[in-house]
Amino acid sequence: MSGNMTTLIRDGLWHNNVVFAQMLALCPTMAVTTSGTNGLGMGLATTAVLVVANVLVSLLRRVVSPQVRIPVFIVLIASLVTIVDMALNAWLHELYKVLGLFIALIVVNCAILGRAESFASRHPVGHAFIDGLAMGIGFTGALTLIGLIREFLGSGTLFAQASQLLGPAFAFLEMRIPGYAGALLMILPPGAFAALGFLLAGKQRLDARRAAQPDKAAVLA
Amino acid sequence: MKPAYDAAQPLAAPHAHAGHGVRQTMMRVQLALLPATLFGFWLYGWPAFFLWLITLAACLVFEFISLRLMGRAQIGRTLGDGSALLTGWLLALTLPPWAPWWVGVVGACIAIVVGKQVFGGLGHNVFNPAMVARVALLIAFPLPLTTWVAPLPLGSAAAPGFVEGLQITLGQLALPDAMSSATLLGHAKTELSRGLDLAQAFAGSTAPQPSWVGLRAGSLGESAAPLLLAGGLFLLATGVIRWQTPVGVLAGLAVPAAIAHALAPGHYLDAGTHLFAGALMLCAFFIATDYVTAPATGSGQLLFGLGVGLLTWVIRSLGGYPEGVAFAILLMNALTPIIDHYAKPRILGRTRSGRPIDPAPAGKET
Repeated sequence: MSGNMTTLIRDGLWHNNVVFAQMLALCPTMAVTTSGTNGLGMGLATTAVLVVANVLVSLLRRVVSPQVRIPVFIVLIASLVTIVDMALNAWLHELYKVLGLFIALIVVNCAILGRAESFASRHPVGHAFIDGLAMGIGFTGALTLIGLIREFLGSGTLFAQASQLLGPAFAFLEMRIPGYAGALLMILPPGAFAALGFLLAGKQRLDARRAAQPDKAAVLA
Repeated sequence: MKPAYDAAQPLAAPHAHAGHGVRQTMMRVQLALLPATLFGFWLYGWPAFFLWLITLAACLVFEFISLRLMGRAQIGRTLGDGSALLTGWLLALTLPPWAPWWVGVVGACIAIVVGKQVFGGLGHNVFNPAMVARVALLIAFPLPLTTWVAPLPLGSAAAPGFVEGLQITLGQLALPDAMSSATLLGHAKTELSRGLDLAQAFAGSTAPQPSWVGLRAGSLGESAAPLLLAGGLFLLATGVIRWQTPVGVLAGLAVPAAIAHALAPGHYLDAGTHLFAGALMLCAFFIATDYVTAPATGSGQLLFGLGVGLLTWVIRSLGGYPEGVAFAILLMNALTPIIDHYAKPRILGRTRSGRPIDPAPAGKET
Protein backbone atom coordinates (compact mmCIF):
# COMPACT_ATOMS: atom_id res chain seq x y z
CA MET A 1 0.00 0.00 0.00
CA SER A 2 2.74 2.44 0.95
CA GLY A 3 4.63 1.55 -2.22
CA ASN A 4 1.50 2.48 -4.13
CA MET A 5 1.38 5.87 -2.40
CA THR A 6 5.05 6.48 -3.15
CA THR A 7 4.36 5.79 -6.82
CA LEU A 8 1.46 8.27 -6.73
CA ILE A 9 3.67 10.96 -5.22
CA ARG A 10 6.53 10.26 -7.60
CA ASP A 11 4.16 10.36 -10.58
CA GLY A 12 2.65 13.65 -9.54
CA LEU A 13 5.95 15.33 -8.87
CA TRP A 14 8.00 14.05 -11.76
CA HIS A 15 7.09 11.12 -14.01
CA ASN A 16 3.55 12.23 -14.74
CA ASN A 17 3.91 15.92 -13.92
CA VAL A 18 0.91 17.94 -15.10
CA VAL A 19 3.01 20.40 -17.09
CA PHE A 20 6.22 18.59 -17.92
CA ALA A 21 4.79 15.16 -18.76
CA GLN A 22 1.03 15.41 -19.34
CA MET A 23 1.36 18.82 -21.01
CA LEU A 24 -1.99 19.81 -19.56
CA ALA A 25 -3.08 23.18 -18.17
CA LEU A 26 -0.68 24.99 -20.48
CA CYS A 27 -2.94 28.04 -20.69
CA PRO A 28 -2.37 29.19 -17.09
CA THR A 29 1.20 27.92 -17.32
CA MET A 30 1.93 30.27 -20.20
CA ALA A 31 -0.16 33.18 -19.04
CA VAL A 32 0.56 33.73 -15.35
CA THR A 33 4.20 32.69 -15.03
CA THR A 34 5.62 36.15 -15.52
CA SER A 35 7.12 35.93 -12.04
CA GLY A 36 7.88 33.28 -9.47
CA THR A 37 5.31 34.70 -7.07
CA ASN A 38 2.53 34.61 -9.65
CA GLY A 39 3.41 31.04 -10.55
CA LEU A 40 3.44 30.01 -6.90
CA GLY A 41 0.11 31.71 -6.20
CA MET A 42 -1.59 30.16 -9.21
CA GLY A 43 -0.13 26.76 -8.36
CA LEU A 44 -1.31 26.89 -4.76
CA ALA A 45 -4.82 27.98 -5.78
CA THR A 46 -4.99 25.14 -8.30
CA THR A 47 -3.64 22.67 -5.75
CA ALA A 48 -6.35 23.62 -3.26
CA VAL A 49 -9.05 23.07 -5.86
CA LEU A 50 -7.44 19.88 -7.13
CA VAL A 51 -7.17 18.22 -3.71
CA VAL A 52 -10.75 19.00 -2.64
CA ALA A 53 -12.15 18.15 -6.06
CA ASN A 54 -10.36 14.80 -6.03
CA VAL A 55 -11.66 13.95 -2.57
CA LEU A 56 -15.27 14.95 -3.38
CA VAL A 57 -15.27 13.13 -6.72
CA SER A 58 -13.87 10.04 -5.05
CA LEU A 59 -16.55 10.17 -2.33
CA LEU A 60 -19.30 10.52 -4.91
CA ARG A 61 -17.91 7.95 -7.32
CA ARG A 62 -20.54 5.30 -6.45
CA VAL A 63 -23.40 7.81 -6.31
CA VAL A 64 -22.93 9.50 -9.67
CA SER A 65 -23.96 7.53 -12.71
CA PRO A 66 -21.50 7.46 -15.60
CA GLN A 67 -23.92 9.32 -17.88
CA VAL A 68 -23.99 12.51 -15.81
CA ARG A 69 -20.51 12.35 -14.30
CA ILE A 70 -18.96 15.15 -16.37
CA PRO A 71 -21.59 17.81 -15.48
CA VAL A 72 -21.40 16.76 -11.84
CA PHE A 73 -17.60 17.08 -11.84
CA ILE A 74 -17.84 20.48 -13.44
CA VAL A 75 -20.39 21.72 -10.89
CA LEU A 76 -18.19 20.48 -8.06
CA ILE A 77 -15.07 22.10 -9.50
CA ALA A 78 -16.89 25.33 -10.31
CA SER A 79 -18.17 25.62 -6.73
CA LEU A 80 -14.68 25.07 -5.34
CA VAL A 81 -13.14 27.57 -7.74
CA THR A 82 -15.72 30.17 -6.77
CA ILE A 83 -14.78 29.68 -3.12
CA VAL A 84 -11.06 30.02 -3.90
CA ASP A 85 -11.76 33.02 -6.11
CA MET A 86 -13.68 34.84 -3.38
CA ALA A 87 -11.17 33.88 -0.71
CA LEU A 88 -8.27 35.24 -2.76
CA ASN A 89 -10.19 38.40 -3.53
CA ALA A 90 -10.81 38.91 0.17
CA TRP A 91 -7.43 38.06 1.67
CA LEU A 92 -4.84 38.28 -1.13
CA HIS A 93 -6.27 41.10 -3.15
CA GLU A 94 -2.96 42.16 -4.78
CA LEU A 95 -2.33 38.67 -6.08
CA TYR A 96 -5.97 38.41 -7.10
CA LYS A 97 -5.58 41.49 -9.28
CA VAL A 98 -2.69 39.81 -11.11
CA LEU A 99 -4.19 36.35 -11.42
CA GLY A 100 -7.77 37.64 -11.71
CA LEU A 101 -9.21 35.97 -14.76
CA PHE A 102 -7.07 32.87 -14.48
CA ILE A 103 -8.42 31.96 -11.07
CA ALA A 104 -11.93 31.73 -12.55
CA LEU A 105 -10.50 29.75 -15.42
CA ILE A 106 -9.32 27.00 -13.05
CA VAL A 107 -12.84 25.66 -13.67
CA VAL A 108 -11.84 24.63 -17.15
CA ASN A 109 -8.31 23.66 -16.19
CA CYS A 110 -8.08 20.33 -17.94
CA ALA A 111 -5.67 18.98 -15.34
CA ILE A 112 -8.36 19.05 -12.64
CA LEU A 113 -11.10 17.49 -14.74
CA GLY A 114 -8.49 15.07 -16.04
CA ARG A 115 -7.56 13.87 -12.55
CA ALA A 116 -11.22 13.66 -11.54
CA GLU A 117 -12.12 11.62 -14.59
CA SER A 118 -9.07 9.38 -14.89
CA PHE A 119 -8.12 8.92 -11.24
CA ALA A 120 -10.41 10.14 -8.50
CA SER A 121 -13.60 8.60 -9.93
CA ARG A 122 -11.93 5.17 -9.89
CA HIS A 123 -9.98 5.17 -6.63
CA PRO A 124 -10.68 5.37 -2.89
CA VAL A 125 -10.59 8.66 -1.05
CA GLY A 126 -7.11 8.29 0.44
CA HIS A 127 -5.51 7.61 -2.91
CA ALA A 128 -7.44 10.42 -4.54
CA PHE A 129 -6.30 12.84 -1.84
CA ILE A 130 -2.63 11.89 -2.21
CA ASP A 131 -2.91 12.02 -6.00
CA GLY A 132 -4.48 15.47 -5.93
CA LEU A 133 -1.85 16.74 -3.52
CA ALA A 134 1.08 15.30 -5.50
CA MET A 135 -0.27 16.51 -8.83
CA GLY A 136 -0.96 19.94 -7.34
CA ILE A 137 2.50 20.26 -5.82
CA GLY A 138 4.04 19.08 -9.08
CA PHE A 139 2.01 21.72 -10.93
CA THR A 140 2.94 24.40 -8.39
CA GLY A 141 6.60 23.46 -8.69
CA ALA A 142 6.48 23.62 -12.47
CA LEU A 143 4.75 27.01 -12.51
CA THR A 144 7.08 28.44 -9.89
CA LEU A 145 10.14 27.18 -11.76
CA ILE A 146 8.99 28.63 -15.09
CA GLY A 147 7.99 31.84 -13.34
CA LEU A 148 11.37 32.15 -11.62
CA ILE A 149 13.29 31.57 -14.84
CA ARG A 150 11.22 34.11 -16.74
CA GLU A 151 11.37 36.62 -13.89
CA PHE A 152 15.13 36.21 -13.50
CA LEU A 153 15.88 36.64 -17.20
CA GLY A 154 13.10 39.07 -17.94
CA SER A 155 13.20 41.60 -15.14
CA GLY A 156 16.23 40.67 -13.08
CA THR A 157 14.34 39.86 -9.88
CA LEU A 158 13.43 36.72 -7.95
CA PHE A 159 10.18 36.27 -6.04
CA ALA A 160 9.26 39.94 -6.37
CA GLN A 161 6.30 40.78 -4.10
CA ALA A 162 6.51 37.39 -2.40
CA SER A 163 5.68 39.05 0.92
CA GLN A 164 2.27 40.04 -0.43
CA LEU A 165 1.47 36.41 -1.13
CA LEU A 166 3.13 34.66 1.81
CA GLY A 167 3.20 37.37 4.43
CA PRO A 168 5.92 39.81 5.54
CA ALA A 169 8.01 36.96 6.98
CA PHE A 170 8.89 35.88 3.48
CA ALA A 171 10.25 39.22 2.35
CA PHE A 172 13.76 37.70 2.47
CA LEU A 173 12.90 35.73 -0.68
CA GLU A 174 12.69 38.89 -2.74
CA MET A 175 15.89 39.43 -4.64
CA ARG A 176 17.06 41.83 -7.29
CA ILE A 177 20.04 41.35 -9.56
CA PRO A 178 21.94 44.64 -9.44
CA GLY A 179 22.71 46.31 -12.74
CA TYR A 180 20.55 44.02 -14.86
CA ALA A 181 17.60 45.61 -16.58
CA GLY A 182 16.22 42.36 -17.95
CA ALA A 183 15.29 41.05 -21.37
CA LEU A 184 11.71 42.12 -21.97
CA LEU A 185 11.19 39.18 -24.33
CA MET A 186 11.15 36.66 -21.47
CA ILE A 187 8.20 38.41 -19.82
CA LEU A 188 6.29 38.40 -23.11
CA PRO A 189 4.53 35.22 -24.34
CA PRO A 190 7.49 33.98 -26.46
CA GLY A 191 9.53 33.81 -23.26
CA ALA A 192 7.02 31.38 -21.76
CA PHE A 193 7.21 29.07 -24.74
CA ALA A 194 11.00 29.22 -24.83
CA ALA A 195 11.35 28.57 -21.10
CA LEU A 196 8.91 25.64 -21.17
CA GLY A 197 10.57 24.21 -24.28
CA PHE A 198 14.03 24.21 -22.77
CA LEU A 199 12.77 22.79 -19.47
CA LEU A 200 11.01 19.97 -21.35
CA ALA A 201 14.19 19.26 -23.29
CA GLY A 202 16.10 19.18 -20.01
CA LYS A 203 13.62 16.74 -18.45
CA GLN A 204 13.74 14.48 -21.49
CA ARG A 205 17.50 14.43 -21.30
CA LEU A 206 17.52 13.64 -17.59
CA ASP A 207 15.02 10.83 -18.09
CA ALA A 208 16.94 9.45 -21.06
CA ARG A 209 20.17 9.48 -19.09
CA ARG A 210 18.47 7.77 -16.16
CA ALA A 211 16.99 5.13 -18.45
CA ALA A 212 20.43 4.50 -19.89
CA GLN A 213 21.70 3.48 -16.44
CA PRO A 214 19.47 0.52 -15.55
CA ASP A 215 20.91 -0.19 -12.09
CA LYS A 216 20.36 3.36 -10.94
CA ALA A 217 16.89 3.45 -12.48
CA ALA A 218 15.98 0.30 -10.54
CA VAL A 219 17.03 1.93 -7.28
CA LEU A 220 14.99 5.03 -7.97
CA ALA A 221 11.88 3.38 -9.34
CA MET B 1 -8.81 10.98 -50.82
CA LYS B 2 -6.79 9.86 -53.78
CA PRO B 3 -3.16 10.93 -53.80
CA ALA B 4 -2.42 13.66 -56.29
CA TYR B 5 -0.12 11.37 -58.16
CA ASP B 6 0.92 7.76 -58.02
CA ALA B 7 3.84 7.63 -55.63
CA ALA B 8 4.83 4.17 -56.77
CA GLN B 9 5.92 5.43 -60.14
CA PRO B 10 9.49 6.66 -60.02
CA LEU B 11 9.91 10.34 -60.85
CA ALA B 12 13.65 10.59 -60.45
CA ALA B 13 15.84 11.54 -63.34
CA PRO B 14 19.62 11.61 -63.63
CA HIS B 15 20.50 14.81 -61.83
CA ALA B 16 23.36 17.02 -62.89
CA HIS B 17 25.52 18.40 -60.09
CA ALA B 18 26.83 21.94 -60.38
CA GLY B 19 29.55 21.31 -57.84
CA HIS B 20 28.12 23.71 -55.28
CA GLY B 21 28.57 22.40 -51.77
CA VAL B 22 27.40 23.98 -48.54
CA ARG B 23 30.89 25.15 -47.70
CA GLN B 24 31.58 26.68 -51.10
CA THR B 25 28.21 28.47 -51.20
CA MET B 26 28.65 29.88 -47.72
CA MET B 27 32.18 31.06 -48.55
CA ARG B 28 30.95 32.80 -51.70
CA VAL B 29 28.23 34.63 -49.81
CA GLN B 30 30.79 35.73 -47.23
CA LEU B 31 33.10 36.89 -49.98
CA ALA B 32 30.24 38.93 -51.44
CA LEU B 33 29.56 40.45 -48.02
CA LEU B 34 33.19 41.41 -47.49
CA PRO B 35 33.23 44.82 -49.24
CA ALA B 36 30.16 46.10 -47.42
CA THR B 37 31.50 44.75 -44.13
CA LEU B 38 34.88 46.43 -44.59
CA PHE B 39 33.05 49.65 -45.44
CA GLY B 40 31.11 49.27 -42.19
CA PHE B 41 34.36 48.82 -40.23
CA TRP B 42 35.77 51.93 -41.84
CA LEU B 43 32.62 53.96 -41.33
CA TYR B 44 31.96 53.08 -37.69
CA GLY B 45 35.48 52.32 -36.52
CA TRP B 46 36.94 49.71 -34.17
CA PRO B 47 33.80 49.03 -32.07
CA ALA B 48 32.08 47.72 -35.18
CA PHE B 49 34.97 45.35 -35.87
CA PHE B 50 35.01 44.03 -32.30
CA LEU B 51 31.25 43.48 -32.30
CA TRP B 52 31.50 41.59 -35.58
CA LEU B 53 34.33 39.45 -34.26
CA ILE B 54 32.52 38.65 -31.01
CA THR B 55 29.27 37.75 -32.79
CA LEU B 56 31.01 35.37 -35.19
CA ALA B 57 33.04 33.72 -32.44
CA ALA B 58 29.95 33.35 -30.24
CA CYS B 59 28.03 31.72 -33.10
CA LEU B 60 30.76 29.13 -33.56
CA VAL B 61 30.89 28.45 -29.81
CA PHE B 62 27.11 28.00 -29.54
CA GLU B 63 27.08 25.80 -32.65
CA PHE B 64 29.77 23.64 -31.07
CA ILE B 65 27.91 23.40 -27.76
CA SER B 66 24.61 22.53 -29.49
CA LEU B 67 26.22 19.85 -31.65
CA ARG B 68 27.95 18.35 -28.61
CA LEU B 69 24.72 18.31 -26.59
CA MET B 70 22.84 16.64 -29.43
CA GLY B 71 25.57 14.05 -29.82
CA ARG B 72 26.22 14.81 -33.46
CA ALA B 73 29.09 13.12 -35.29
CA GLN B 74 31.62 15.12 -37.31
CA ILE B 75 31.28 18.27 -35.28
CA GLY B 76 34.40 19.77 -36.81
CA ARG B 77 33.07 19.29 -40.30
CA THR B 78 29.72 20.91 -39.50
CA LEU B 79 31.47 23.82 -37.81
CA GLY B 80 33.67 24.23 -40.85
CA ASP B 81 30.83 24.36 -43.36
CA GLY B 82 30.53 28.07 -42.73
CA SER B 83 26.81 28.15 -42.04
CA ALA B 84 27.17 29.23 -38.41
CA LEU B 85 29.80 31.73 -39.49
CA LEU B 86 27.45 33.20 -42.10
CA THR B 87 24.56 33.39 -39.63
CA GLY B 88 26.80 35.28 -37.23
CA TRP B 89 28.08 37.51 -39.98
CA LEU B 90 24.58 38.45 -41.16
CA LEU B 91 23.46 39.02 -37.58
CA ALA B 92 26.44 41.27 -36.87
CA LEU B 93 25.71 43.31 -39.98
CA THR B 94 22.20 44.06 -38.72
CA LEU B 95 23.28 45.18 -35.23
CA PRO B 96 23.96 48.78 -34.21
CA PRO B 97 27.73 49.10 -34.71
CA TRP B 98 28.54 50.27 -31.21
CA ALA B 99 26.33 47.80 -29.38
CA PRO B 100 27.95 46.22 -26.30
CA TRP B 101 29.50 42.75 -26.57
CA TRP B 102 26.68 40.91 -24.81
CA VAL B 103 24.23 41.93 -27.53
CA GLY B 104 26.34 39.93 -29.97
CA VAL B 105 26.66 36.96 -27.63
CA VAL B 106 22.97 36.80 -26.69
CA GLY B 107 22.05 37.27 -30.34
CA ALA B 108 24.36 34.44 -31.36
CA CYS B 109 22.80 32.18 -28.73
CA ILE B 110 19.28 32.96 -29.96
CA ALA B 111 20.25 32.59 -33.61
CA ILE B 112 22.12 29.31 -33.32
CA VAL B 113 20.32 27.56 -30.46
CA VAL B 114 16.72 28.80 -30.75
CA GLY B 115 16.72 29.76 -34.42
CA LYS B 116 18.58 26.82 -35.88
CA GLN B 117 19.69 23.86 -33.78
CA VAL B 118 16.41 23.42 -31.91
CA PHE B 119 14.84 22.61 -35.27
CA GLY B 120 17.58 20.11 -36.10
CA GLY B 121 20.34 22.19 -37.60
CA LEU B 122 21.12 23.53 -41.04
CA GLY B 123 18.33 22.86 -43.51
CA HIS B 124 15.64 22.22 -40.90
CA ASN B 125 15.01 25.67 -39.50
CA VAL B 126 11.71 27.34 -40.36
CA PHE B 127 12.85 30.91 -39.77
CA ASN B 128 16.00 32.70 -40.80
CA PRO B 129 18.22 32.35 -37.69
CA ALA B 130 19.89 35.75 -38.03
CA MET B 131 16.51 37.48 -38.33
CA VAL B 132 15.05 35.53 -35.39
CA ALA B 133 17.93 36.79 -33.29
CA ARG B 134 17.63 40.34 -34.62
CA VAL B 135 13.93 40.56 -33.79
CA ALA B 136 14.32 38.85 -30.41
CA LEU B 137 17.10 41.27 -29.48
CA LEU B 138 15.07 44.27 -30.62
CA ILE B 139 12.10 43.22 -28.48
CA ALA B 140 14.18 42.12 -25.50
CA PHE B 141 16.61 45.05 -25.37
CA PRO B 142 14.99 48.02 -27.12
CA LEU B 143 17.48 50.61 -25.89
CA PRO B 144 20.88 49.24 -27.04
CA LEU B 145 19.29 48.03 -30.28
CA THR B 146 18.08 51.48 -31.26
CA THR B 147 21.15 53.47 -30.23
CA TRP B 148 22.80 54.59 -33.44
CA VAL B 149 26.02 56.49 -33.89
CA ALA B 150 26.90 59.12 -36.41
CA PRO B 151 29.47 57.86 -38.92
CA LEU B 152 33.00 58.53 -37.62
CA PRO B 153 35.27 57.04 -40.26
CA LEU B 154 38.55 55.51 -39.14
CA GLY B 155 41.30 58.08 -39.29
CA SER B 156 39.02 61.03 -38.57
CA ALA B 157 39.83 62.98 -35.42
CA ALA B 158 36.76 62.00 -33.41
CA ALA B 159 36.91 58.29 -34.23
CA PRO B 160 37.64 56.04 -31.23
CA GLY B 161 41.06 54.40 -31.24
CA PHE B 162 41.77 50.69 -30.84
CA VAL B 163 41.66 50.66 -27.03
CA GLU B 164 38.74 53.07 -26.86
CA GLY B 165 36.88 50.93 -29.38
CA LEU B 166 37.46 47.86 -27.25
CA GLN B 167 36.17 49.73 -24.20
CA ILE B 168 33.03 50.77 -26.09
CA THR B 169 32.31 47.21 -27.16
CA LEU B 170 32.95 45.90 -23.64
CA GLY B 171 30.56 48.50 -22.27
CA GLN B 172 33.21 50.28 -20.20
CA LEU B 173 32.80 53.58 -21.98
CA ALA B 174 29.49 55.38 -22.13
CA LEU B 175 28.40 56.55 -25.54
CA PRO B 176 28.77 60.35 -25.74
CA ASP B 177 25.54 62.06 -26.65
CA ALA B 178 27.22 64.00 -29.43
CA MET B 179 27.94 60.75 -31.27
CA SER B 180 24.44 59.34 -31.10
CA SER B 181 22.34 59.89 -34.16
CA ALA B 182 19.06 58.91 -35.71
CA THR B 183 18.71 56.73 -38.77
CA LEU B 184 16.95 58.27 -41.71
CA LEU B 185 13.92 56.01 -41.35
CA GLY B 186 13.82 56.52 -37.60
CA HIS B 187 14.02 60.28 -38.00
CA ALA B 188 11.21 60.26 -40.56
CA LYS B 189 9.03 58.14 -38.27
CA THR B 190 9.67 60.37 -35.24
CA GLU B 191 8.95 63.58 -37.10
CA LEU B 192 5.81 62.20 -38.74
CA SER B 193 4.51 61.11 -35.36
CA ARG B 194 5.08 64.66 -34.13
CA GLY B 195 2.71 65.88 -36.83
CA LEU B 196 5.33 67.33 -39.16
CA ASP B 197 5.38 66.38 -42.81
CA LEU B 198 8.45 65.04 -44.54
CA ALA B 199 9.47 68.32 -46.18
CA GLN B 200 9.70 69.93 -42.74
CA ALA B 201 11.31 66.82 -41.23
CA PHE B 202 14.28 66.92 -43.57
CA ALA B 203 14.59 70.70 -43.76
CA GLY B 204 16.82 71.15 -40.70
CA SER B 205 20.60 71.00 -40.93
CA THR B 206 20.80 68.25 -38.30
CA ALA B 207 18.35 65.98 -40.09
CA PRO B 208 19.91 62.83 -41.55
CA GLN B 209 20.18 63.15 -45.29
CA PRO B 210 19.82 60.31 -47.76
CA SER B 211 23.26 59.10 -48.75
CA TRP B 212 23.64 56.88 -51.80
CA VAL B 213 27.15 55.82 -50.92
CA GLY B 214 26.16 54.95 -47.35
CA LEU B 215 27.68 57.70 -45.19
CA ARG B 216 24.87 57.52 -42.66
CA ALA B 217 23.88 56.19 -39.29
CA GLY B 218 22.55 52.67 -39.28
CA SER B 219 23.35 49.03 -38.65
CA LEU B 220 26.91 47.82 -39.07
CA GLY B 221 26.62 46.49 -42.58
CA GLU B 222 23.47 47.96 -44.05
CA SER B 223 24.78 51.40 -45.02
CA ALA B 224 26.79 50.67 -48.11
CA ALA B 225 23.92 49.96 -50.47
CA PRO B 226 26.08 50.12 -53.64
CA LEU B 227 28.59 47.64 -52.21
CA LEU B 228 25.79 45.31 -51.13
CA LEU B 229 24.29 45.62 -54.59
CA ALA B 230 27.67 44.74 -56.11
CA GLY B 231 27.98 41.75 -53.80
CA GLY B 232 24.48 40.66 -54.75
CA LEU B 233 25.27 40.93 -58.44
CA PHE B 234 28.38 38.80 -57.84
CA LEU B 235 26.19 36.15 -56.21
CA LEU B 236 23.78 36.34 -59.17
CA ALA B 237 26.65 35.99 -61.63
CA THR B 238 28.11 32.98 -59.84
CA GLY B 239 24.70 31.32 -59.62
CA VAL B 240 24.53 31.26 -55.82
CA ILE B 241 21.22 33.12 -55.87
CA ARG B 242 18.61 33.60 -58.56
CA TRP B 243 17.09 36.86 -59.73
CA GLN B 244 13.53 36.17 -58.57
CA THR B 245 13.93 36.93 -54.85
CA PRO B 246 15.91 40.20 -55.07
CA VAL B 247 13.77 41.52 -57.92
CA GLY B 248 10.66 40.58 -55.97
CA VAL B 249 11.86 42.34 -52.82
CA LEU B 250 12.94 45.50 -54.65
CA ALA B 251 9.75 45.68 -56.71
CA GLY B 252 7.52 44.78 -53.77
CA LEU B 253 8.88 47.78 -51.90
CA ALA B 254 9.43 50.23 -54.75
CA VAL B 255 6.01 49.97 -56.38
CA PRO B 256 3.83 50.74 -53.34
CA ALA B 257 6.38 53.33 -52.17
CA ALA B 258 6.27 55.12 -55.52
CA ILE B 259 2.47 55.08 -55.64
CA ALA B 260 2.10 56.34 -52.07
CA HIS B 261 4.74 59.02 -52.57
CA ALA B 262 2.99 60.25 -55.70
CA LEU B 263 -0.30 60.48 -53.83
CA ALA B 264 0.98 62.03 -50.58
CA PRO B 265 4.58 63.17 -50.83
CA GLY B 266 4.40 64.78 -47.40
CA HIS B 267 3.71 61.51 -45.66
CA TYR B 268 5.48 58.80 -47.61
CA LEU B 269 9.16 58.61 -48.47
CA ASP B 270 9.98 58.16 -52.13
CA ALA B 271 10.92 54.80 -53.57
CA GLY B 272 14.61 55.67 -54.01
CA THR B 273 15.03 56.57 -50.37
CA HIS B 274 13.19 53.43 -49.33
CA LEU B 275 15.44 51.26 -51.48
CA PHE B 276 18.71 52.75 -50.26
CA ALA B 277 17.74 53.36 -46.62
CA GLY B 278 17.64 50.76 -43.90
CA ALA B 279 18.67 47.19 -44.53
CA LEU B 280 16.74 46.65 -47.73
CA MET B 281 19.68 45.86 -50.04
CA LEU B 282 21.19 43.52 -47.47
CA CYS B 283 17.82 41.83 -47.11
CA ALA B 284 17.05 41.56 -50.83
CA PHE B 285 20.31 39.90 -51.84
CA PHE B 286 21.63 38.16 -48.74
CA ILE B 287 18.85 37.40 -46.26
CA ALA B 288 15.70 36.79 -48.29
CA THR B 289 17.71 34.50 -50.57
CA ASP B 290 18.43 31.99 -47.79
CA TYR B 291 17.98 28.53 -49.33
CA VAL B 292 16.49 26.99 -46.22
CA THR B 293 13.74 29.43 -45.31
CA ALA B 294 12.65 30.69 -48.75
CA PRO B 295 10.60 28.85 -51.37
CA ALA B 296 12.42 26.49 -53.69
CA THR B 297 10.91 27.39 -57.06
CA GLY B 298 11.35 30.51 -59.15
CA SER B 299 7.70 31.57 -59.08
CA GLY B 300 7.60 30.91 -55.36
CA GLN B 301 10.69 33.02 -54.79
CA LEU B 302 9.21 35.87 -56.78
CA LEU B 303 6.06 35.74 -54.68
CA PHE B 304 8.13 35.48 -51.49
CA GLY B 305 10.22 38.48 -52.52
CA LEU B 306 7.18 40.57 -53.37
CA GLY B 307 5.69 39.71 -50.00
CA VAL B 308 8.86 40.70 -48.16
CA GLY B 309 9.08 44.00 -50.03
CA LEU B 310 5.42 44.85 -49.54
CA LEU B 311 5.44 43.97 -45.84
CA THR B 312 8.61 46.01 -45.37
CA TRP B 313 6.92 49.02 -46.90
CA VAL B 314 3.77 48.48 -44.84
CA ILE B 315 5.72 48.19 -41.57
CA ARG B 316 7.97 51.15 -42.39
CA SER B 317 5.13 53.42 -43.47
CA LEU B 318 2.22 52.37 -41.30
CA GLY B 319 3.70 50.38 -38.42
CA GLY B 320 5.25 51.38 -35.13
CA TYR B 321 8.83 50.45 -35.99
CA PRO B 322 10.86 52.58 -38.41
CA GLU B 323 12.42 49.50 -40.06
CA GLY B 324 10.52 46.34 -40.89
CA VAL B 325 12.84 44.18 -42.94
CA ALA B 326 13.43 41.57 -40.23
CA PHE B 327 9.74 41.29 -39.37
CA ALA B 328 8.84 41.03 -43.06
CA ILE B 329 11.34 38.21 -43.58
CA LEU B 330 10.04 36.25 -40.59
CA LEU B 331 6.41 36.69 -41.62
CA MET B 332 7.15 35.48 -45.13
CA ASN B 333 9.27 32.60 -43.73
CA ALA B 334 6.11 31.45 -42.00
CA LEU B 335 4.29 31.47 -45.35
CA THR B 336 7.05 29.61 -47.19
CA PRO B 337 5.53 26.12 -46.81
CA ILE B 338 2.23 27.38 -48.29
CA ILE B 339 4.01 29.14 -51.13
CA ASP B 340 6.01 25.99 -51.80
CA HIS B 341 2.81 23.99 -51.89
CA TYR B 342 1.15 26.18 -54.52
CA ALA B 343 4.21 27.19 -56.54
CA LYS B 344 5.16 23.70 -57.59
CA PRO B 345 6.54 23.31 -61.08
CA ARG B 346 4.72 20.94 -63.40
CA ILE B 347 6.36 17.53 -63.47
CA LEU B 348 7.52 16.54 -66.94
CA GLY B 349 4.95 14.29 -68.57
CA ARG B 350 2.27 15.13 -66.02
CA THR B 351 -0.46 17.73 -65.80
CA ARG B 352 -0.46 20.47 -63.13
CA SER B 353 -2.63 18.31 -60.93
CA GLY B 354 -0.10 15.50 -61.19
CA ARG B 355 -1.94 13.06 -63.47
CA PRO B 356 0.17 11.39 -66.13
CA ILE B 357 -0.48 12.88 -69.57
CA ASP B 358 -2.05 10.22 -71.73
CA PRO B 359 0.27 9.61 -74.64
CA ALA B 360 -2.71 8.53 -76.80
CA PRO B 361 -4.40 11.47 -78.57
CA ALA B 362 -7.49 12.53 -76.70
CA GLY B 363 -10.98 12.02 -78.07
CA LYS B 364 -10.19 8.93 -80.11
CA GLU B 365 -11.71 5.55 -79.52
CA THR B 366 -9.18 2.78 -79.39
